[in-house]
Amino acid sequence: MRLVRALPEAATADRLGTELAGLDTLEVPRLRRRPRLRRVVAAAWPKVVALLIALGLWQLVFLSGWKPAWLLPSPLTVFGELWQQLIAGDLLAAVGVTLRRAAVGFGLAIVVGGVIGILVVRSKTLRAAVGSLITGLQTMPSIAWFPLAILLFQLSDTAILFVVVLGAAPAIANGLISGVDHVPPLLLRAGRVLGATGPANYRHVILPAALPASVAGLKQGWAFAWRSLMAGELLVLIPGQTSVGAQLQFSREFSDAAGLMAMMIVILLIGIVVDVVVFSSLERSIRARRGLVDAT
Amino acid sequence: MRALVADDDRQVSASPETAPAIRLEAVSKVFGRGADAVVALDRLDLTVEVGSFVCLVGASGCGKSTLLNIVAGLDAPTSGTVQIDGGRPTLIFQEAALFPWLTAAENVELALRLRGVPRRQRGGAVADLLELVHLSGFAAKRPHELSGGMRQRVALARALAQEARILLLDEPFGALDAITRDLLHEELERIWRDAGLTILFVTHNVREAVRLGQRVVLLSSRPGRAVAEFPVVIAGERRIESPEVSALAITIGEQLSEQVRRHATR
Repeated sequence: MRLVRALPEAATADRLGTELAGLDTLEVPRLRRRPRLRRVVAAAWPKVVALLIALGLWQLVFLSGWKPAWLLPSPLTVFGELWQQLIAGDLLAAVGVTLRRAAVGFGLAIVVGGVIGILVVRSKTLRAAVGSLITGLQTMPSIAWFPLAILLFQLSDTAILFVVVLGAAPAIANGLISGVDHVPPLLLRAGRVLGATGPANYRHVILPAALPASVAGLKQGWAFAWRSLMAGELLVLIPGQTSVGAQLQFSREFSDAAGLMAMMIVILLIGIVVDVVVFSSLERSIRARRGLVDAT
Repeated sequence: MRALVADDDRQVSASPETAPAIRLEAVSKVFGRGADAVVALDRLDLTVEVGSFVCLVGASGCGKSTLLNIVAGLDAPTSGTVQIDGGRPTLIFQEAALFPWLTAAENVELALRLRGVPRRQRGGAVADLLELVHLSGFAAKRPHELSGGMRQRVALARALAQEARILLLDEPFGALDAITRDLLHEELERIWRDAGLTILFVTHNVREAVRLGQRVVLLSSRPGRAVAEFPVVIAGERRIESPEVSALAITIGEQLSEQVRRHATR
């Protein structure tokens, strides 16, 4: 597409090019990112301080003697217990089982929620039929599904996965649906002008545009999946099998407060780590790429 | 890519035997029905010759965007005939309408990809198109990292990637500052001439219309109808400040004001 130009034309084009280049340089903001270490420290210290304050309050309540030490142990005792379990390997085995269930359940929920979402988006009839049902399912406390799940699948992994999928899939489907609903009309018009129709329109325009809302749906779906899984592991105790929820239940039965609280910390930590490390960072990087947040 | 045309040839209209690129006959568009119906376009006639640059000016409510949608094939007229010669036209919007998840180069590439250009040929074509709009150095930038004027140039490169012979522009420079706009006028004029495009350019700005067009068509508002046509006969290079441009802009502007006054309610 390189053009041969007559001489005076070439001069005009050069001047125009230079002038545009000057303007471009002036208009494009020059961003200087802070060094990585500085950014990490700046983001981390408020969290560390908040954590220290929470632990301090716990220690104060412990020292006040409000409850006997065997019912409400000190932070040090609980972390000691956590360390013991970690060394003994019990903890890793339990976490392994729980994380496997979480991965399988959440994976299935993505497939089910994704398929339902796409179907509802594509068909007006289907949306009229099940659109509000999906939102309704999302508000249903997943623990209410367990009696039915246990009747259907007995005390098994399947019963737990059934409820995890039911808990997470509606949120995932809803995220996708609302993402597609809110694609800016201008982008749809631009896609049509470029000749994007049918599957190409979904692949190149609609689904990428719906990505931020879909990731928000995934994040919410994860929260529901994790809650459903914990409820399931407390209720559906499979003989001879350990899990984070099962450990929690055993600790209560043995009145082992330190063990119980250690396991609660593990549950909290896993929830936070998955949310922050997987979903929040994914969400942030998607938003930053599109200029929706400050990337610094 | 057509050979270069000398400056003075710009007023010469296409020879009579060539079919016009765009021909609208008695095109009407009505939105809604019954008492609530709004007539956006009313029996509008418009002919745009191959290779010409025609500007449409009109106040709000003249159905400019409706008209462009119909010519672009995004919307169908309620009645009347639309003839397009030279393939599907492409459309550039007031906002650049680039896909925010793609870089400048990827936005241009998508147009090639949707046209079925094989992957191996796309890279070189994208580089050439970005060079054409003087944006070679910004291929990897995302739309939000570019200025409004740069985004419009990427949109222009993307439109050229479609290899459409007819380019429709819907107030493309309305949101830009004056310096950028003046430069983009030159840029668009250069590309129009070098590529031998047919351009239908819609604007609120009468001076902009006279600066760019070989012909300016004045539309009435509510309903939209072509009420007057002005050939722009100015020899040599024009700028938006040129006295000839101002003189014609004043004439057209007076008629436009008259159209607007008709809608004053007392």
